[in-house]
Amino acid sequence: MKLRIAHLYPDLMSIYGDRGNILALKQRCLWRGIEVELEEISIGGQWDFNQYDLIFFGGGQDKEQKLVCHDLQEGKGERLKEAVEKGTTLLAICGGYQLLGEYYKTGTGDVLPGNGLFQARTEPGKRRMIGNVVMESQVAGQKRTLVGFENHSGRTYLSGHTVPLGKIVYGNGNNGEDKGEGAVYKNAYGTYLHGPILPKNPWFTDLLIGSALKEKYGDGTLAELDNFIEEQAHQQALSISEKKSRR
Amino acid sequence: MESARLVTAVWAGKTISSLSRVLGLGAGSTYPGRIMRKIDPQVLAKLSRGFSQGTVMISGTNGKTTTSNMIAHILKKSGRKLTHNKSGANLITGLTTSLVGSCNLLGNLKAEMGLFEVDEATVPLASKEIKPQIMLVTNFFRDQLDRYGELDYTASLIKRSLPNIDYQGTILLNADDPLVANLGQDVEQKVIYYGIEDEALPLTDIVQAADVKYCVHCGELYDYSTVFYGHLGKYKCNHCGNFRPKPSIFASNLEFKNITTTSFNVSTPQGDFGVTINLPGLYNVYNALGAIGCSLMLGLSLEEIKSGLESFLPAFGRMEQIEFPKNPALLILVKNPTGFNEVLRTMLIDKKPKNLLICINDNYADGEDISWLWDVDFEGLLLARNEINFAVTSGLRAGDMALRLKYAGLASEKISLDKNLKDGLERTLAMLPSGENLYILSTYTAMLEMRDIIQKKGYLKNYWED
Repeated sequence: MKLRIAHLYPDLMSIYGDRGNILALKQRCLWRGIEVELEEISIGGQWDFNQYDLIFFGGGQDKEQKLVCHDLQEGKGERLKEAVEKGTTLLAICGGYQLLGEYYKTGTGDVLPGNGLFQARTEPGKRRMIGNVVMESQVAGQKRTLVGFENHSGRTYLSGHTVPLGKIVYGNGNNGEDKGEGAVYKNAYGTYLHGPILPKNPWFTDLLIGSALKEKYGDGTLAELDNFIEEQAHQQALSISEKKSRR
Repeated sequence: MESARLVTAVWAGKTISSLSRVLGLGAGSTYPGRIMRKIDPQVLAKLSRGFSQGTVMISGTNGKTTTSNMIAHILKKSGRKLTHNKSGANLITGLTTSLVGSCNLLGNLKAEMGLFEVDEATVPLASKEIKPQIMLVTNFFRDQLDRYGELDYTASLIKRSLPNIDYQGTILLNADDPLVANLGQDVEQKVIYYGIEDEALPLTDIVQAADVKYCVHCGELYDYSTVFYGHLGKYKCNHCGNFRPKPSIFASNLEFKNITTTSFNVSTPQGDFGVTINLPGLYNVYNALGAIGCSLMLGLSLEEIKSGLESFLPAFGRMEQIEFPKNPALLILVKNPTGFNEVLRTMLIDKKPKNLLICINDNYADGEDISWLWDVDFEGLLLARNEINFAVTSGLRAGDMALRLKYAGLASEKISLDKNLKDGLERTLAMLPSGENLYILSTYTAMLEMRDIIQKKGYLKNYWED
C-alpha cells in the first residue's frame, strides 16, 4: 500500500512546528508498512490534486498568507476544492485553515479571499487568542479529546455545510464565542491547533491515514501501534490545561 | 515636589529591596521597581539621565544575556563603573529595580554608565524612558512567539523605538540577519554593522524552519551565498536589490577547538586581533562581536577588549560543567530551535555517543508553546550519526520531548520519560556507565530547578557569576 501526500507551501506556511504533523503522518504510515510519497507544492504551476491521497496545509504569518492567497487564486484553490469534493483527505492548520474559507480579513483590514472549501469566514479580532487548547470531538464516531496550542487573532465563523471539528473544553477555538473549534467538510479538516496537533493526538492522525486509505483502497483499517509515549504527551497536555484553568 | 517624589521612590525601592533580601521573599529583582514606578512614574527616566558616560541597551532574541555579560565583564575589567540588570529582570520593572542598588538616597548614581538587557516587547517603553546612547540588536528568531505574536511584529517594535535613541548615538546591528540589518535603513543615528566573514566555514543549508527566507522589503526569496546558522548569512534579493550591508566589525578564521573554546580573528576599523573565548559555537562568536562593537563605541582599546573577552566565563546554567561522582556533565540552556540546533552541533565536537537528559518545561518564562521542539533538527544533527546511547526526558513537557525523539526516529527502547526532574536525574545517573559524559539540556525554569537539585546533592561549585 502506498499513500501520496502533498505538503502545501512548506516554505511559506510552516510555523509552530508544522513539520511535526508531516513527520507524524509519515512515521505512522511507515511503522505500518504503508509506503509514503511526499511531494512539496509551492508557488507557481498548476497541480492536479486528484493524484494525491492526503493533503496537508500548515500555518503562516499574514505576509506569507498574502502570497499564498494570490497563488491559490491562480487556480490551485479551485483544484483543491474539486479534490475534496471527490473525497480527498485534507488537513489545514491555522493560517492554511483561514485561507480555505470564504475569506480572511486581516488585522490591518486586507481581505484575503479563500476558495470556499469550508463555509467559513474569518474576521479580525483585537485580542490575540493564545494558549493551550483541549477539545472534544465526535469525528471518530465516539467522543475523543484533541490537545494542542492556539495562537491567532482571526475569529472564524462557520455556516452551511461546514461543522466544527470539536467542542472547546479549554481555550478559545474558532472565535472564542460559540465553543466551536475547527471545521469539517467531507474528508477535509481545518483547525487552529498546532503544537503540533498530530503527534500527540495519534487517534486523529490515524483517522486521516485511515480515511485516505479507505478512499484509495476501499478499506481504511489500520494495524495497532504502541502509543505509550503519545499517550503520555497527550495526558500531560490535558493536565496542564486543567491546572491552568483552575487558576 | 518632583525631586521629593523621586527621593521617596528611591527610598521605597531601597527599603523593599533590603526587606525582601532579609526576609528571603524572592521577586526582589522586579517588585521594588513596580512600587517605585507607582510613586514616581518617571523614576527610570530621571535616574538613567544621571549616567555620566551614558547608557547601552541590548535587545534581540538570542544572546542578550551573554552579550551584555561580556560587555559588563570587559568594562569592569577596564575599571569602568557600571549598573547592569540581571538576566530575567529585563522588563520595565526589572530595569527600574536594577538602578536602586547603584544610587544613593537622593537618586545620585554611583555608576558611570548603565547597561540594560531589554526584552523585545519592552524596548518601546524602555527606550522612551532611558533614551540610550547605544542600541545593540543581536538577532530575531522565533522564540517564545506565543508572547508577541509574529516575528515581523517583534521587529517592528524595535524599529519604531529607534527614534528614541540619542540622535548623536549609535545603533549596532547584526549584518547577517536581514530583519536586524533592515533596522539600519532610514535612521538618523550612526549605524555600525557586525558580522562573520569566513568562507571556509562548513556551509549549512537554510533550515526548513528558517524564520526569514523572504526579502524583508519585497517578499521575494532571498538568494543566500552562505548560511551561517538559521537565517543568518550572506543574503541578497535579486528582485529589489536588498542586500547584506558590509560589516565594519567582523570575525574570520573561526576555529571551534573543543566543546568549551572557540578562536577567531577580529577585524575592526581600529585594527585586528586574534582571540580565544571560553564558549562554544557560532552563536557565541556573534555575541562576542556585539560585545566588541559596543566596547569600541565606549572608547575601550583593542587590548582591553581582547583581555576582557579571554577572561570571560559564561553565566550560570547557559553552559556549566558539573562533576558527578562517576561522570562529568554539562548543563546547557536551550530555549528555541536555532539555539538548540547550535547546542546539538556543538555537541558533535565530542565524537563519543551521547547520553542525554532533556528537561522541558512550559512555564511562562520558558514559553508556553512548546511546538518549537519540532523545528529542532534532531534528525540531521544527532540521529543521522547514530549518536545517542540513551535519552531521558523530564519536566512538565517530558512527553512532548520524548515524542519528538520517537518521531525523529530514535528507537523507543532508548527513550525513557520521567516528569519529575529529580527522578529524571536519578534515573539518568543510574543508567549512565561510569566515566561517560552526560549532557543535560534544559529550558529556563527546568534549568533553575535542575541546578537547585544538583546543588542540594552537593555537586555544584560555581555560583552566580557577577
